[in-house]
Amino acid sequence: MLKVTIDGQTIEVPEGTTILQAARMLGPDVAPPTMCYYSKLETSGGYCRTCIVKVTKGSEKDPRPMPKPVASCRTIVMDGMEVQNQTSPELLEARKGVVEFLLANHPLDCPICDQAGECHLQDLSFEHGIESTRYEFERRTFKKIDLGPYIQLHMTRCILCYRCVKVADQLTPQRYHGVLNRGDVAEISTYIEKAIDNDFSGNVIDVCPVGALTDKTFRFKSRVWFTKPSDAHRNCDKCSGKVTLWYKGDDVLRVTGRKNEFGEVDEFICNTCRFEKKRTSDWQIEGPSKVDRKSVISANHYSGNTVIPDFAFRVAENNKKIDDSPKGSNLLAMKN
Amino acid sequence: MVRKLLLANDHIPGIQGYEVYRKNGGYKSVEKAMKTMTPEAVVEEVKKSGLRGRGGAGFPTGMKWSFLAKPEGVPRYLVCNADESEPGTFKDRYLMSRIPHILIEGMITSSFALGANTSYIYVRGEYYYIIRILEKAIQEAYAAGWLGKNILGTGYNLDLYVQPGGGAYICGEETALLESLEGKRGNPRIKPPFPAVKGVWGCPTVVNNVETIAAVVPIVNDGGEEYAKIGIGRSTGTKLISASGHINKPGVYEIELGVPVEEFIYSEQYCGGILNNRKLKAVVAGGSSVPILPADLILKTAAGENRLMTYESLAEGGFASGTMLGSGGFIVMDESTSIVKNLWNFARFYHHESCGQCSPCREGTGWMEKILHKMVHGHGETKDIELLWDLQRKIEGNTICPLGDAAAWPVASAIRHFRQEFEECVMEEKIKNSIQF
Ligand SMILES: Cc1cc2nc3c(=O)[nH]c(=O)nc-3n(C[C@H](O)[C@H](O)[C@H](O)COP(=O)(O)O)c2cc1C
Ligand code: SF4
Ligand code: FES
Repeated sequence: MLKVTIDGQTIEVPEGTTILQAARMLGPDVAPPTMCYYSKLETSGGYCRTCIVKVTKGSEKDPRPMPKPVASCRTIVMDGMEVQNQTSPELLEARKGVVEFLLANHPLDCPICDQAGECHLQDLSFEHGIESTRYEFERRTFKKIDLGPYIQLHMTRCILCYRCVKVADQLTPQRYHGVLNRGDVAEISTYIEKAIDNDFSGNVIDVCPVGALTDKTFRFKSRVWFTKPSDAHRNCDKCSGKVTLWYKGDDVLRVTGRKNEFGEVDEFICNTCRFEKKRTSDWQIEGPSKVDRKSVISANHYSGNTVIPDFAFRVAENNKKIDDSPKGSNLLAMKN
Repeated sequence: MVRKLLLANDHIPGIQGYEVYRKNGGYKSVEKAMKTMTPEAVVEEVKKSGLRGRGGAGFPTGMKWSFLAKPEGVPRYLVCNADESEPGTFKDRYLMSRIPHILIEGMITSSFALGANTSYIYVRGEYYYIIRILEKAIQEAYAAGWLGKNILGTGYNLDLYVQPGGGAYICGEETALLESLEGKRGNPRIKPPFPAVKGVWGCPTVVNNVETIAAVVPIVNDGGEEYAKIGIGRSTGTKLISASGHINKPGVYEIELGVPVEEFIYSEQYCGGILNNRKLKAVVAGGSSVPILPADLILKTAAGENRLMTYESLAEGGFASGTMLGSGGFIVMDESTSIVKNLWNFARFYHHESCGQCSPCREGTGWMEKILHKMVHGHGETKDIELLWDLQRKIEGNTICPLGDAAAWPVASAIRHFRQEFEECVMEEKIKNSIQF
């Protein structure tokens, strides 16, 4: 076992553990945010640079600090390593830079994006970004492309995390799906728009951190925070059949994999479960899904709006700090 | 007399062909290595020579070779990096087109030292005519028995292939090169693992620049110690410099490391002074990626010592007042040059060449180019200078491969040393506006 200290908390981890995995063992509050790493996809991570951390001590043997921030998702823990994440202002500044780069060519039109409310980039910029954009040039845009009957790709929103490419590579038998061009005109494509057509293709929707890959059977049917997630399962001969159903009233609007506290699905599900089983009678219902208090989804589903997401408190507190105005003080009073 | 090791026979007519090359001492290093030395002894000579990688980073070649993993039953590979695409660098092209056999000879001797039975030369796509030259040279070498099975009766086999690239700068980064060589998209790999452990086809691989491999020929012929006598300190041997810009005699020069920069620019033997007797304004000493230095700092260090053409002397003062020898792309700018315009040109290049894997480089290079475009076309604002500075700072050190740094350093150094020009550039716009109103 190797000892590693992250933001002052020490944990012992087996050899080969990455800094990110170690941080996740300590809990979601310590773990750096991720946009491209996905624990269920091999060789994912390393691209977006959101998860960077500062290594202030390399190891017991070689205590020298690492000269540059490292991607925690792709850096292996050494015995005695010391790492700073939230506790290094310098690092937070660098991460702010990464967020700004990710947003440079991303449309800032969350109100009309179907992913809003469950978008990792939205959460990330809320927590780590700056209030306004310094990018004053035209953003790159693409036409929407249909990847088969169920999936829509809108490259305009893509942040090139490569997760869907890894899904196509690792989960589906043929890979007609990859990256074309380079630099800031690189795009995800199914080469000559060949449909990705196989039983597990729908998982590209679940792994997409933004609104680039969306479910055509659900697009614009409802804002996610007006839907209510419920865990359910069915006997499926292709996948585990364990899913989350998203209800509006009595209707199942969509089916997704079950996501954990890091926004990753526990198990990949097949297209039959995802796209073709939209009646409650198709499923054994297990009960309401656990929704992270941080999520805006928690704002609306339970009666009486009693659950107020954490971020609302943070906004209120920030406002108070800035101009000591009474903005949000009602909210703060509710918290106490 | 200046010693030349790589270009010594450059003046001999017909040196491009096998017969003339062989008659002038060609392929002696192969004979010497295979008949009188063990592979380890060749590595040892390269270590003694103090040779450092000529591709840009200057990493000691002998040390790189000794890091090569040697697991039982796994093939090893030598890959020559002939992707030469750094703006201002054209020495490999010169060497390969004039004396192709020195590279082939170096590849054979080096492959023997590393125990590689298959080796590749990865050539940038735009050098299509060089690909033909190299292929002809390889055919000649096969015909003469320097390549193939049981070379010189030693039982050692070697096949050598030329792989054309698609014309991407990023495929000069060694791991992107390996991906491209394998027929994939040329994206740099995330390291570790390093090529010495897992390179091409997942096997241990050494990647070296053309000039590095060619230098192995004189090192084996004359011995590492002889080689190390040339140069100063840890900068041993000779170096090919691609000299371009506002000079009287642009071209490729083989220098002994240690020549004073001033002599290199002004002597008749090399650049022959500044064009039209104008004044020197700035120099980019090692290819577009290295920091630009103003005339006073390129001729003398901040401490007032003469700047020499060595790895150490050019780096003296760190990035605050120094630069790097890099790949030896020596770009000279006279007083008529606009630093801002030149920087825009560089920024355009990096934007075009970023592979797009990591967000700071993918988005940052384009952003910087757009700001500079705006400035050059007279629409810049004072805040843009600070924004540029902030962006380069947030790219540097925060990317998968060094292309991000390479895009950031020219911006940082131009602002550091020529801020006034940027200010004038945005001021002019203000004045224009005030006239309009
Ligand atoms: C963006 C980028 C482009 C590069 N281009 C080249 C190149 O064209 N030729 C080259 O020899 N090295 C190039 N390099 C350096 C190589 O990665 C590698 O360090 C070099 O080939 C090692 O050879 P050496 O040790 O003989 O210098 C490049 C590096 C980067 C980051
Ligand atoms: S730094 Fe640029 S070129 Fe290098 S891997 Fe990242 S995006 Fe690609
Ligand atoms: S999550 Fe680690 S680099 Fe993207």
